[in-house]
Amino acid sequence: MEMNQYLEVFIDESKEHLQTMNDQLLELEKNPTELSIVQEIFRAAHTLKGMSATMGFEDLADLTHKMENVLDAVRNEQIQVDSNMLDIVFEAVEYLEEIIFDIADGGDGKKDVQDVVAKLQQIEKGEMPLEVQQNEVAATYEAAPVSEVDADSPFQNLDEFELTVLQESKDRNFQNFHVHVRLREDCLLKAARVYMVFEILEQVGEVIKSNPSVEDLEEEKFEYDFDVLLVTKEAKEDISARIMKVSEIENVEVNPFLVNQFIESKKKLRKDDAEEQESKQEKPEKAAENEKAPKAQKESKKKSVSKTIRVNIDRLDVLMNLFEELVIDRGRLEQISYELNHNDLKETVERMSRISSDLQNIILTMRMVPIEQVFNRFPRMVRQLARDLNKKVDFQVIGQETELDRTVIDEIGDPLVHLIRNALDHGIEIPEERVKKGKPEQGTLKLKAYHSGNHVYVEIEDDGQGINKEKVINKAVQNGVITREQSESMTDQQIYELIMASGFSTADKISDVSGRGVGLDVVKNTIESLGGSITIESKPGEGSLFSIQLPLTLSIISVMLVEIANERYAIPLSSIIETAIVKKEDIMHAHNKQVIDFRGKVVPLVHLKEVFEVPHDESEQDDLYSIVIVRKGEKMAGMVVDSFIGQQEIVLKSLGNYLTNVFAISGATILGNGEVALIVDTNALIK
Amino acid sequence: MSEEYMKVIVFQLKEEEYGVPVKYVGSIERMQNITRVPRTPEFVKGVINLRGVVTPIIDLRERFDLETAEYTDSTRIIIVNIDDKEVGMIVDGANDVIDIPESTIEPPPEVVGSVEADYIHGVAKLDKRLLILLNLDKVLSRDELKQIQTVEGTS
Repeated sequence: MEMNQYLEVFIDESKEHLQTMNDQLLELEKNPTELSIVQEIFRAAHTLKGMSATMGFEDLADLTHKMENVLDAVRNEQIQVDSNMLDIVFEAVEYLEEIIFDIADGGDGKKDVQDVVAKLQQIEKGEMPLEVQQNEVAATYEAAPVSEVDADSPFQNLDEFELTVLQESKDRNFQNFHVHVRLREDCLLKAARVYMVFEILEQVGEVIKSNPSVEDLEEEKFEYDFDVLLVTKEAKEDISARIMKVSEIENVEVNPFLVNQFIESKKKLRKDDAEEQESKQEKPEKAAENEKAPKAQKESKKKSVSKTIRVNIDRLDVLMNLFEELVIDRGRLEQISYELNHNDLKETVERMSRISSDLQNIILTMRMVPIEQVFNRFPRMVRQLARDLNKKVDFQVIGQETELDRTVIDEIGDPLVHLIRNALDHGIEIPEERVKKGKPEQGTLKLKAYHSGNHVYVEIEDDGQGINKEKVINKAVQNGVITREQSESMTDQQIYELIMASGFSTADKISDVSGRGVGLDVVKNTIESLGGSITIESKPGEGSLFSIQLPLTLSIISVMLVEIANERYAIPLSSIIETAIVKKEDIMHAHNKQVIDFRGKVVPLVHLKEVFEVPHDESEQDDLYSIVIVRKGEKMAGMVVDSFIGQQEIVLKSLGNYLTNVFAISGATILGNGEVALIVDTNALIK
Repeated sequence: MSEEYMKVIVFQLKEEEYGVPVKYVGSIERMQNITRVPRTPEFVKGVINLRGVVTPIIDLRERFDLETAEYTDSTRIIIVNIDDKEVGMIVDGANDVIDIPESTIEPPPEVVGSVEADYIHGVAKLDKRLLILLNLDKVLSRDELKQIQTVEGTS
């Protein structure tokens, strides 16, 4: 029960640490000699180990522990960083990830890690002699006179994790001490004294365990004595001297704590009493979570730069929904004040509108998250794929700090995976082929995100072989996507877009990476359902560029309200280029279609009145056409309406589950007067 | 006496009485301004703003191919929820909630009044009244909404 409240934090933080490990491992691959990177990975692994042991996920702790051993050896330059070793560490990280996701999904975090653990141990063994040597050094130290570890020792319940920490500390020239503190009997503020003692101890080292537990000590549930297991570099005299500085302390005893001896005696005990073993469930105290004191300080420094709290996304969604209601009422108020024409009311409403648009900005930015979250998982994926495909790839990620609405972020991951896989599989050639073509052996794959206007662009660019038009056409014809005749009148752009039609795959052989042709049409659909679009550019032999345009946010958009007969429609501002009023005689005809000359371009006209079958009076004919020029990628069209009403912020609402797939209508909104206006999906009108 | 009862909302449609189980009914609304949605079947009248939710409205008379009638003061919109779908049904009037014993419900005869048997779940006989219970699943199925998606006037 009690653990539940920490579980969420645990999962979040574990994911962060995994991410750090991932990033740094990739970094390490590039600079295998850079030991500071190993340090970073080690730190993340160490914290993760501590956390998982505290939470009782033993497989997780076990695996991280083994990983840590390997990293430690690397750090101490006992093991060379090579791709073989990295592979296994990557594999271990993958396992960790699986376990954590399992826990996040409500699982128990159990997983058979024997395989990886064995592999990790093998690497570790690669340098066995050195470690043995170290143990000897430690052993000589242990030979010093000591107090006996007997059954009276206050630390009977050390668990596996605590033991390893203690054992390891020796290897790193730390010493383990058993500190016994006795408070004066007239001590009034026992908890405060305990706190001061702990503070001192944590300054000089790491508290592994205390008896009674920290909680009990804080609640003064002890007599006058308590025992602490400390890992430190300080001499024992120093420690007792420091502790004695705290007032109301009767005396302090500091004795070396012998782990090996402890384990020996415990083994004996184990034989005697197997049940005792069961009871060692006690979780390591908060100390287990702490890093070595200096590290912890460093981390807290980093964290204090910007204070953040974690908020459940559901709450933000609720906030957003409430705000949407407010926006609707704002619209209504604006209209009422306009109709009443009362000065005070007008002023107040204007003020309120200003405040609510500030509020809107804040809420929207609150929901924005850096696209990094999505991009993060790609480097490793690319690395793995490149290996599987025997290709050499330099993967560059640009603009990962670009922010996007949370909802978009959640959806965009899979399409990007498809596109990246596609670029690796079909785009970039195998090294031999690249050399033959006079290109560098290593291919380049760029993933780039940036803001522009009300949109975010995500681009995937490779310097591979480009799209083979002939192959695309043949395949499309063969699969019945188009006919041979159709293909002849198609532009390059249209041909490239064929690869996103369903039932299409140009790979010579179906690999398990991409192919099967189910990928790209799904990508296109997903992106379009997010209100975005995707374009393809390609040059044979030089590479391809997939560019995705995404809206910044999904729920509140700016629209232009227009009137057609007695009906009102909203056209998203993002697709409007401009509005124009055109005289009837300026309208020309081409192929039986009405077109206008718009700034030197021929733009076809679309009569919304006809498309939407708006009931209207035929006799009423205007000499002037009100036209909204909209675009979809490169293409433009002029929407003929009766009149423009104005620009407005509206809340996008769906038409519900009953009316799906209404032609050229992407949703609805509620206007200030409470009526519903439909939002025009201009993309459907431009072909 | 441990007879099972079903609570239904009774509504009128062209001189006949129909029933929908209360559990599907969200609310009953008066007639209001409906925004037409283009290129949908005739019986889809459009959408309304139902307390902030955009709700589609169908005319039940047209849905059953009955003759259309002017909307009057007694015309009501029954909002029903079924399988995530929220739809308003325009009926001639709705003014009763009754309990009907399950035992009085009979399977639909081949022809009941003027509504196709497909849309009918059963018929309940109560004293002198005959109540037609609708099969909402069928009435609100999306099959009839499917339309040919062609692009006109543009290219």
